[in-house]
Parts: sequence; C-alpha cells; structure tokens
Amino acid sequence: MNWEVVIGLEIHVQLNTQSKIFSSAATAYGADANTQACAVDIGLPGVLPVLNKAAVRKAVQFGVAVDAEIASQSVFARKNYFYPDSPKGYQISQFELPIVGKGELTIDLEEGSKTIGITRAHLEEDAGKSLHEDFVGMTGIDLNRAGTPLLEIVSEPEMSSAKEAVAYMRKIHSIVRYLQISDGNMQEGSFRCDANVSVRPAGEKTLGTRTEIKNLNSFRFIERAINHEVERQIDVIESGGRIVQETRLYDADDDSTRPMRSKEEANDYRYFPDPDLLPVVIEEALLAEVKAQMPELPHVRTLRYQDSYGLALEEAQQLTVSQESAAYFDAVVTVVPESAKLIANWVCGDIAAKLKQDELSIEQSPVNAEAMAQLMQRIADGTISGKTAKDVFQAMWASQTSADDIIQQQGLQQISDVGELEALVVQVVEDNPKQVEQYLSGKDKVFGFFVGKLMQMTKGKANPQQVTDLLKAKLVRD
Amino acid sequence: MHNLTLAQQLQALAAGEFSSVELTQHYINRIESHQDSLNVFVTFTPERALEQAQEADQRGTDKPLLNGVPLALKDIFCTQGVKTSCASKMLDNFIAPYDATVVAKLQQAGAVSLGKTNMDEFAMGSSSESSYYGDVKNPWDLSRVPGGSSGGSAAAVAARLASASMGTDTGGSIRQPAAFCGITGLKPTYGRVSRYGMIAYASSLDQAGPFGLSALDCAYLLQAIAGYDAKDSTSVDQPVEEYTTNINKDIRGLRIGLPEEFFQEGLDADIRAKIDLACDQLRELGCVIKPISLPNAKLAIAAYYVIAPAECSSNLSRFDGVRFGYRCEDPVDLADLYSRSRSEAFGAEVKRRIMVGTYALSAGYYDAYYLRAQKIRRLISEDYQKAFAEVDVVLSPTTPTTAFKTNEKADDPITMYLSDIYTIGVNLAGLPGISIPVGFSQKLPVGMQMVSTYFAEDTLLRIAHQFQQHTDWHLQTPAKFE
Amino acid sequence: MALTTAEILNIAKLARLHVEESELADYQQDLSAILGFVEQMEQVNVDGVEPMAHPQDMAQSLREDVVTESDQRDRFQSIAPATANGLYLVPKVIE
Repeated sequence: MNWEVVIGLEIHVQLNTQSKIFSSAATAYGADANTQACAVDIGLPGVLPVLNKAAVRKAVQFGVAVDAEIASQSVFARKNYFYPDSPKGYQISQFELPIVGKGELTIDLEEGSKTIGITRAHLEEDAGKSLHEDFVGMTGIDLNRAGTPLLEIVSEPEMSSAKEAVAYMRKIHSIVRYLQISDGNMQEGSFRCDANVSVRPAGEKTLGTRTEIKNLNSFRFIERAINHEVERQIDVIESGGRIVQETRLYDADDDSTRPMRSKEEANDYRYFPDPDLLPVVIEEALLAEVKAQMPELPHVRTLRYQDSYGLALEEAQQLTVSQESAAYFDAVVTVVPESAKLIANWVCGDIAAKLKQDELSIEQSPVNAEAMAQLMQRIADGTISGKTAKDVFQAMWASQTSADDIIQQQGLQQISDVGELEALVVQVVEDNPKQVEQYLSGKDKVFGFFVGKLMQMTKGKANPQQVTDLLKAKLVRD
Repeated sequence: MHNLTLAQQLQALAAGEFSSVELTQHYINRIESHQDSLNVFVTFTPERALEQAQEADQRGTDKPLLNGVPLALKDIFCTQGVKTSCASKMLDNFIAPYDATVVAKLQQAGAVSLGKTNMDEFAMGSSSESSYYGDVKNPWDLSRVPGGSSGGSAAAVAARLASASMGTDTGGSIRQPAAFCGITGLKPTYGRVSRYGMIAYASSLDQAGPFGLSALDCAYLLQAIAGYDAKDSTSVDQPVEEYTTNINKDIRGLRIGLPEEFFQEGLDADIRAKIDLACDQLRELGCVIKPISLPNAKLAIAAYYVIAPAECSSNLSRFDGVRFGYRCEDPVDLADLYSRSRSEAFGAEVKRRIMVGTYALSAGYYDAYYLRAQKIRRLISEDYQKAFAEVDVVLSPTTPTTAFKTNEKADDPITMYLSDIYTIGVNLAGLPGISIPVGFSQKLPVGMQMVSTYFAEDTLLRIAHQFQQHTDWHLQTPAKFE
Repeated sequence: MALTTAEILNIAKLARLHVEESELADYQQDLSAILGFVEQMEQVNVDGVEPMAHPQDMAQSLREDVVTESDQRDRFQSIAPATANGLYLVPKVIE
C-alpha cells in the first residue's frame, strides 16, 4: 500500500529578551542552578506576573514577517498541570486569542516551492529543567529557564515528508535569526520543535491517528525522528495494529522513539484567562513601526541575489540563511561589485569551510568583510591569480594580516608588465626551437610547455592570461 | 488611649500626649490579656512592634502619614522575615522572604505592626472558623463568630487591640466582619490597592482594604496603601484622591439608591429597621434616597461560587510541597508528594473549593459553569452601572443577619455562602464598598453597606464620615474590652 | 447535579488531592449540593452576553525589558523542604 505522511510542527522559539517574560530576572544561559529564578519565577505565594514589552514586540515582528494577522487584543490563559519544572502548577500561555493568527510560509524544495500554513503563534513562558542524573533516587529542579519567553509557532498539518518538515523548520529558524528575535541556538534549547506525525493510505481524506514527538532540537534529529516514526506507524498498521495517540520522546542514541511515561495520562489543562493579566492590546502605531522597520527577509533577499548577481538558488539561499552572512556578502560586494559571483563562491566555499573547521560564526571570522574585499579586489585588478589568492587567504586567516601586506611580504604580485613578459616570451621561444617547431607543425599540447617554462622563470607570478596572449601572438602558425 | 480613634491618636502623638512606644506597649498589654479569649493573632510580634515604635518616635519633623500607630495585618500579606501562614497548615512554616506592597507602604507611612491576624484558611470562609490555628471569637459575644474571612483583623479593632487593621475582601471578607464586629471596613475598587504580596485566593476579586473605628481612620489607611504598583498589572495607574481631606466635603444632594432585591425575604426585620433609621439620618443630612433595582443580584452567589473556586483551584496549585510550605513525610513518588502534601495540609473548605473549581474548568463543563458565570458577572456589573446612572451610592444592609453562633453553619457550606448575598456582587463588579455600624440588634452590631462607582471611595468615605459625625454607633465598645 | 464517585476521584486526581475512601460520600454530597446550587445560573438567558473575565476594562500594562532581579537563591531555598547543590529536590521523575 502507498502511504501518505502528514506532519505538523510546533516550534518553540526562545525570544532573546534580557529579562523574562513575566519577571525582571535575567534570561542568560548557563548560570548556576536557580540563581536566575526570582520570586515570580519560583511562584512564591503572592507574586504577580508583569508582561515584558520586548517579548510582545518580538512576537509581533514574527507575525508581520509571515504575513499573519496580528490580534489587536490577545489574552493570556493559564494551562493547568502539575509538574516539578512548572512552579505555579500552571503555565501562562495563550489559548483562545493568540497574539499572532493565521499566516503562511513558502519553503523551497528540490522539486519546487510549497506554501505551508501557519495556524498561529502565541507567547508563553518556558518551564524549568529537571535534572535526573545527579541525585540517587531524586530529581533536581533548576528554575533558571522558567519564565524565559517562548513564541510557539504552530503549523498546519501540511508537510508530507521529513524533508519538508526540515525545510520549514530551517526557514522559520532563518526568519527568527533575521528578525533578531532569537539567537536560534539549538544546542542551548533556544529553538526546538515538537512534531505531530500521522500516516494514512494515499488518497484517504481523513487524518490518521497522530503521535507527538517531543523536544527535537536539531535539524538532523527531526528528520531522523520523523522518518523513524513514520516507519513505525506504517509497521504497526500493516501488521494489523492501531496507532495510539500519545507523546513520544526521540532518543538520539539509539535512533528510536518511545512513549513518554510522564505524559501518559490524558491531560485536561483547564485553560482559562489568567486573572492576573489583562488583555494585551497591540496599537496600530506599534504595528506600523514594526512594519516600517522590517528587515529584508531571507526569501526576498534570495530573490534579489539571484536577479541582481545571477547567483544560483542554492548559493543565494546559503548566503541569506542568516542576516550576518548576507551582510558579510553585501559588504564585500559593495567594494567589488563586478565580482559578485566570485565572492559568493568564496563565502559559500572557502570561508564557510574555515568557519566550520574552527567552529566560528561569520561575525567571528578572522578575515572580516573589509579584508575579504581587499583580497577580491586584488584578484579583480590582476595583482594575484585566483590560485594565489587561496594561499593568501590561508595566510590572512592564520595571521589576521591584510591581503596587501601578505602579497607584499611574500612578493606574490603577478608580473603583468607587458614589456617584461614579452622579453621572457622571446627568450623562451629562442631557447626552445625544437618545441617551437613541434607547436607550429600542429602539436597544440606543446603550448602548455611554454606556459610552464614561463611560470618556472617567474616563480608562478606571471599573469597567466597575459602569458597566453603573448605566446599566442608570438607563435603564429601560418 | 485605646478608645481613641486612629485619627485622634495621630493628633495625640503629634501633640506629644503619648509616644508611639507607650501606645504600642499599651496595645501589647491588651493583646496579652485578650489573645486567649479571642484568638485574634496567628503571629504576635511585640519586639518588632516596639522597635518600629521607637523608630517612629525618633522621626523628626516631617513625619509620615501613619507615624507610630500600631496596626494588625491579616496573615495573608507577605511580611519579610515573619511567618505568613494564610491560617493554613500548608504555610505554617512559611517565613515570607519579601514584603507585600501593602506592607511596604504601611512601613513607609511609619505604621507599627503588632502582628498577623487570624482568618479563614486562605481567605475562604465567612466566619473565621476554618483557620488551622482555631476559630476567632466575636468581641461582642464570645460564643459567636466575628465574620470572615478577615475575622481576626475585624475583632482586633473591635476589641481595641490595634489602632486599625488590614484585611482583604474577595466576596465580603472585609465588609461582613466589619458589620459583625461593629466597626468600619472599606473594600476599595479592584485595582486601587496593589495585590502584590497578598496571597491570592481569587485574583480577579481579591482586594485589600482597611478596618478602623471610623470612616476617617479608614481614609488614613487607604491614603497610605492606594496607588499604582508596577508589580501588579491589575493595579490602576490613576491619581489617588485626597481621602482624608475630601472626607469633610458636604454630602447634601447625593443620591442614594436602595435595591429592592436586597430588602426582601431572608432579611432580619430588626436589621431592616436599623437600616431605615440610618436612611432617615442620611435624609436629614441632605441625601436623596430612592429605590433602584439590581435584577441579577440574586445570581451573584452562584456566579461567585464558580468563579472564585475556579481561580482558587489554579492559584493554589503552587502549594505542591516542592519549593516552600508543607511537604508530606517520605513521599514514595512525585504523585504521592503532590497529593499527600496537599491533602494533609489543606483544610476541608479549601479542598472543597479546589475540587469545585477544578470541576468547573474541566473539559466539557467549562461553558456550562465558568463561562456562564463570567456572563452573569457581566450582567451583575451592568446592573450596577445602570444604577449609578441614577444614584451616587447603592445602600443596603451588609449582611442579612447579625453575627451567628460558632459552629452554627460550619457543616453546611451553602448556608454559610448565603450570608454574603449583599456583598458578593460588589466584588464581581470590582466596585468599592464600605460597611459602617448603624446600631444593634439584640446587643449585636448591625452593619450598613454602601457601594459607589469605580474609584469613588471618597464619596463612600464622605457619607460614612458625615453619618459618623452625627451618630456614635462606631464608638461603641464591647463591654469586656472597654 | 449529582456527581459519581468516579467523577469525584477524577477531579481529585486533576487537583492532586488525595481522597480517602471514607471521605468520598461527604465530597459527593457537598460538591453535588454546591453544583446544584450554582445551577440557578441557568435561570437567566445569557445569549450574546460577553463574558467578563476581569473587573477592569483596561489593557495590560507592559514592563520595559530590563533585568532588576539579583540572585536570592540562598534566601529562597532557606524555606524550601529539600534542596541540594542549589536544586530543589523531588522524588525521581521518569520521563
């Protein structure tokens, strides 16, 4: 039987505010346990939440970026459940009236693009962390993360493969990074995802029973976890079983999913409007301001790169994946506009490789955009060859010296002086009559011999194009 | 000293007739003699009080508003370094690590704190019988309840064990005990006083307010505690009136409405007679009295007993034995930790309300209970708004009966709930209300409630003050506490 | 409105309250009576009435995104039932 896969994602994005969504405690990652959990975060009796303006603004920014309806009035609700990392016995979230309503997002796939509906995005507070390893028979609770602002972005169940899910997630990741509303750090949990997965026979209208895979925090895991879950569901159904609606946890170590024991009971969250918080009103002025300050988003920038510079889609996408890498590219292109394609090659190739090797982000690159522009300029003006440039780049990376200094110090300038090169050509022709004869009698391969000789004589600094031109002019066949 | 009103004590302190230390010591002595019979305090802090009194006495010329007057605070206000129990076993070991905004403001105003008063557990009750620390007695008749939930604070003022006190009012918890104890009690507009640090019962209904012998005393306290607080999003950013000076303004021409629904069956005839007399007095003072209607008022108790339990079921979830408060012994697992800690430490009425609220919010019942109650809340609120188009103040008895006997209603929650029939709608609408003594029925105080529109506390205080300038019901002292 | 014992037990479970066998009958009686009492809400037609979640018809005020809280862990944990290494301890949770 042919199976159709249906996937919906709930992406949790930690917003990069300084303070928490409802308290004035810091959100910085990695502090000592419970040192950033203030009275509000640990839910002391009598404390009250006060909403962070920046969290609201960031949610609105996201909504505008995905062309969503922004609710003029949205309401915070309590989601009631007991769990040790949820200190109040409820999570402040949004239920009936989320701040961001319906929107959509286009993802690019090998077979073309596809638009995925965004159901909603709502603000809520993150939970603390349970640490199971440290204590015999006990679990330790760290509430530093409790109260960190989250934007939960819920998609329509419109993705039909793990690849699409990953493309969608990457796109959201790129948008929140562009908007600078989240650091998007997946290792630290700033960007994580739950996937709702179901299968149904191809052509079937009604959805199959879904399972929810929790807390997927890498693009690789989400693809593997979904593929694995799809296989599992198909196996179960094909062997006559039924899918149980449940929450499952992906285990990266043995690449499998298993039911979560703590979520076994069907929950009745008893949502109701939080009486400690009033409706959030988004003024037209804020909306207008956010729209006016909206940066050029990745898909728009991708198109522009393709149109203006003739870049390939894949390369344009790689450049625009983060605002930082696009900004780097732009800064170099501004100086050497005629070399846009070459620059794109460098940024996506050599630079990306070095960054990956040294585990650096592009803002931390030892060769900054200004230095890179100089290097590109020296290729463009013929000072060095593209090949030499690779060596210069390695030296720049290692020593953080400018391209000009390295070229100077190591004497890497190409010889482009026509008179000087012409004299050398004359000498080579005179010194090698046998080879001249061979070439003139039709052996094209011998041409390389002359080029090689010239390069040998100039220690590789001769401008190869000029050398070719001069040789061809000298060795004219009748 | 203890038969002076707080306003009179402030004058005497300023004139140097006695010091704050003398006044405080006087109350300490009185508390020591009467605590056993009344059970007013959960935590009595004489040393701390005397330290604060000394500081007050040492303050120079620019003395703050309440400098040196000794107060009692309901044990629902978090007080740094002092046990704050909400009269529950759950918080018997809870030393609050911070101050409620009300506590901080009273301290800034120079007030002295004698201690924390007894109450119904987590403010759920109308008799102050559900306290983990035993019931509170009514100073007028020790076999009767002082009302609730702020019974300890009301009894403390009635028995002259503090100059004034602070309570909270969710469905009548200031006004009803004020009525039962023959004193003045004010529930401000929702949002006028910060709720920060006040342990929540029902967040959309709770409001802190003062008890005093007189309306002027309440005005002094309200002046000190009112105002916007950035730590409470539901507090209102609106200028605070000059309550203590506006109180002297004329009340001639003010229109007072009597809701016909509050003068029907169930109302004690003698209470009705006392209210009629008080109305005559107000007419003499130039007020215009006319009948009005609050057609949905009869549904207030029903709506309240959905909304308040719903909110409390969620508010009290934080008491889980993990970060503070009671934790059961040797929990076998997490579920056991939760259910045993909560069951062992919450009293019967608290558990009842948590259960009712949990049910009212649960899947399949939300619309029929919670949502319907919220709609009725709207209707009740609109009734009041219509009334305020015609009158300045809505007047009624505070309670249908005078203080009832201890244990009389303890086993019947619904009968107990019904005693709040006149006060509860005011909380649903978020309006300010005051209860003042207007006489006695069989030697027990009778209270009269007045309600005004939002933020018109000064109107209520003015009328009450003018009434008290011409009557002395508010100055009557229970015989045992003269 | 009469609640069954199963309903009582389910509510108790949601509320994390332990109900003894011996308490069931009392809960059943009290809760049924209270729910019966509040049923009088059905006397009035509420069609088209906007639910009132809050007495104040105001918008939420927003706080500037500034960190003002400092570490008070020791103070907060001095009143905690069980802690170690700065963590609150609970019986082992299995996810």
